[in-house]
Amino acid sequence: MPPSNEEVFEKVRTALVDALGVDDDEVQPESTIIGDLGAESIDFLDIVFRLEKSFGIEIPRSELTPEDVLTNPAYVQDGKVTPEGIAEIKRRMPFADLSKFEANPVVTEFGNLLTVNDLCRFVESKVQDR
Amino acid sequence: MRWMWIDRFLEFKRGKRAVAIKCVALTEEQIDNYCPGYPHMPNSLIVEGMAQTGGLLAGEVNQFLERVVLAKIGKVVFHDVARPGDTLRYTAEIQDLKPDGCILHVSSHIGDKLQAEVEMVLAHLDQRFEGVDLFEPADFLRMLRLFGVYDVGIDEQGQPLTPPPHMLAAEHAFNLTAP
Repeated sequence: MPPSNEEVFEKVRTALVDALGVDDDEVQPESTIIGDLGAESIDFLDIVFRLEKSFGIEIPRSELTPEDVLTNPAYVQDGKVTPEGIAEIKRRMPFADLSKFEANPVVTEFGNLLTVNDLCRFVESKVQDR
Repeated sequence: MRWMWIDRFLEFKRGKRAVAIKCVALTEEQIDNYCPGYPHMPNSLIVEGMAQTGGLLAGEVNQFLERVVLAKIGKVVFHDVARPGDTLRYTAEIQDLKPDGCILHVSSHIGDKLQAEVEMVLAHLDQRFEGVDLFEPADFLRMLRLFGVYDVGIDEQGQPLTPPPHMLAAEHAFNLTAP
């Protein structure tokens, strides 16, 4: 039986607390992983490891952080992600709510996009595919 | 002085586990100077030795073609201090190995007693660090031999490890030009 939403959230919270050294109550569903919880690029390696271990899933890094899209000149113009780039990110990250980012798709703002809720949805989709 | 904070490997199993020792001696500057009147091995340098143990284990998996650096200490606990006369035994175990890095658990023992334990993340430098070389291959191979990697190292089938071809070529070229 797949884990409930609450079970997924608690395991994701534990992974983030352990990987980022934040307090339990700092990890809220709407918290952004980079902006609010202070994750840096290298932390995603740690977070992915903990999630894989905790849920018994495999997570290709490119599915969680599309850095290659954000650094690809074909998808970025004048520091903003093009509509083609947005479409590619949506394809890669169907679990993420991109509505705010679409309104102002500045590359440097992308870090503030991914929330704990997005991460939970991502994990749930991976657990279902298992 | 080279930045070497291990003395020798006792065990080296490709992609799995490595055990290295560091002998703590009163003649070492950092022991006496770090905390005058209370000679002991600084914890930061113990972590560096643990990272070197794990870093060489992780780097060997890719024939030392990836540039492996210590990126993050997730958790570290020190249970005791290391004093002159102690031998620290670092045991590094790879928890996860991915294209962009590696997660390790490394412990430090003095005899049978747990002295410290660390969870660390090692990263492979990517294209943003193009042209940054951490070691000259011949020099690196000399260090690996000094550490005994090829005396005790074994691969997945239990066969002895051998140096990667690019390092052997660099060593050969160096020997040809050496005075």
